[in-house]
Amino acid sequence: MTAATDQLAAPRVRMDPPRPPSKNRYALFRTLKYAGLIFFLVVVLIPVYVLLVTSFKGTGDADPSRAWAFPQIWTLDNWVTAWTALSPAILRSVAVVVPSAIIAAFLGSLNGFVLARWSFRGADLVFTLILFGMFIPYQAVMIPLNQLILDLGIPTGVPTLIMLHVVYGIPITTLIFRNYYMTVPHELIEAGRVDGAGMLRTYWSIVLPISVPSFVVVLIWQFTSAWNDFLFAVFFSSSQNGPVTVALNNLANGALLQNYGVSMAGALFASLPTLLVYIVLGRYFVGGLMSGSVKG
Amino acid sequence: MLNKLRRLGPPLLLLAPSLILVGVFVYGLIAANFTTSLTDNHTAAQATGQEPAVFVWFTNYLDLLASEDFQHSLMNLVLYTVVFLAGTMVMGFLWAWMLDKPVKGEGLFRSVYLFPMAVSFVASGVVWRWLLNSNQDEQASGLNRLFQMVGLDALQNNWWNNVTFGIIAIAIPAIWQLSGYVMALFLAGFRGIPNELREAARMDGASEWKLYRYVLFPQLSPVALSALIIIGHMSLKAFDLIMSISKPANYQTKVPAVDMFVFKSSFDYANAAAVGSILLIIVALVIVPYLIRTNREEKR
Repeated sequence: MTAATDQLAAPRVRMDPPRPPSKNRYALFRTLKYAGLIFFLVVVLIPVYVLLVTSFKGTGDADPSRAWAFPQIWTLDNWVTAWTALSPAILRSVAVVVPSAIIAAFLGSLNGFVLARWSFRGADLVFTLILFGMFIPYQAVMIPLNQLILDLGIPTGVPTLIMLHVVYGIPITTLIFRNYYMTVPHELIEAGRVDGAGMLRTYWSIVLPISVPSFVVVLIWQFTSAWNDFLFAVFFSSSQNGPVTVALNNLANGALLQNYGVSMAGALFASLPTLLVYIVLGRYFVGGLMSGSVKG
Repeated sequence: MLNKLRRLGPPLLLLAPSLILVGVFVYGLIAANFTTSLTDNHTAAQATGQEPAVFVWFTNYLDLLASEDFQHSLMNLVLYTVVFLAGTMVMGFLWAWMLDKPVKGEGLFRSVYLFPMAVSFVASGVVWRWLLNSNQDEQASGLNRLFQMVGLDALQNNWWNNVTFGIIAIAIPAIWQLSGYVMALFLAGFRGIPNELREAARMDGASEWKLYRYVLFPQLSPVALSALIIIGHMSLKAFDLIMSISKPANYQTKVPAVDMFVFKSSFDYANAAAVGSILLIIVALVIVPYLIRTNREEKR
């Protein structure tokens, strides 16, 4: 449909600039543009500055007049406090995110394969019905979901959250894989069929090996969204058994009156894993973003 | 018959786990939620099944829509959505437009503009709560202090503590987080336009403005639509930022998603379910036509 979709085809997103203009008559325009770019760069980074500076401040810097100044004495106290408070929750986040990302990616891959390349009548309708699950406001299922989880006897906290991220991750993972498999040449799969390979065999020996880039995109996407999830976490866990978002929110609520430094340090701890993924695997991250939005 | 089974069997079998899960957890629960919203399940005793709940049909919906409290939430939702949408679209387009033509350090600008997307609303809420501190003048910290420092004292305001427009203050961090995403979409859109198209238009003597108006904008409209849909539906679900910046009990910044949480916390399951259904209907009004449209386009 669009360029964004084409880029999904090859999940690496390349944004090659068009050819440079030959004439130099836009000097003023260009200066203004750079000024604008740098201005916005600074604006976007303001919260980062605040976070870093505040997290190193001690109690001596509490006066509002020093709000934007560097710490008088740089201290790691806030960091230690935040780490002590959050580290168990960070581990629980890992315990939630890793299995749910893997399971959801695998299910999505199976679905995507069937819907794209082993299609049947009504497959498009099935796909659209699955996709709708991606957009629903989860508020519209929370009350009975709560009851269902009680009935199933699944303990709140990590087990419940794993299940929820798998289930509600299916639509997006299916979408990404389906769009990717749509670009796999028919011949490749037909070749398998002619050789008498069944569906599972085709999937296993032909499709799965070429799915690695999509798996990276999907795993990153699931990792990020499950790590950053707060809605399910706040409904189905507490600060004792919940992930880092809930723990951070509680920490910020408790400390907010005097000590922003601790919650700022905590916010950074809570964001580090996803930030690292973004920095190291940025182009795959963007690939996930694109596919999350544009249906092909 | 057997043949049909053989053909349809394996794909359906492979899809079955997901179909069952989505069937139960999406459609089944939506139906169950709707049923609850039609009852008088307003107390903890009813919520836990110790006392029966009776059907009252659409009473909860009518009461909610008639209550000033919920109207305030809906109004907030509208304001938030408008500002959030406008903000991200304008910023996202502007950034993409500035980065479209060759720029030194493009990668740096792009990465920085996009990075807030990787951070959770809860974490960014911690910082923005500080930035949007409503204290002013001597007591000011956060952005109000920054305004003083750069001589823009007049811009100081009480941010999310304003009853009518406080919700707009919550839209600012949301714009901060998602403009980069819209930029990435637009940038991909720009780069997807074949250069020949621009060249051809220039050859025909089109001015820069006309080039945009008649060549580039039409090419970008599918991207713009996607961005609108994504940001729009995120906006309707707004919850995390409010929970983290202004807290759920705050009247100024509440939206339906927050009401739902408050109802749930006080065991008023019927109203919680009704609010959930209302949100679902609003989202569906936006999403369903979009899904049908893309589905049709694909078939062509």
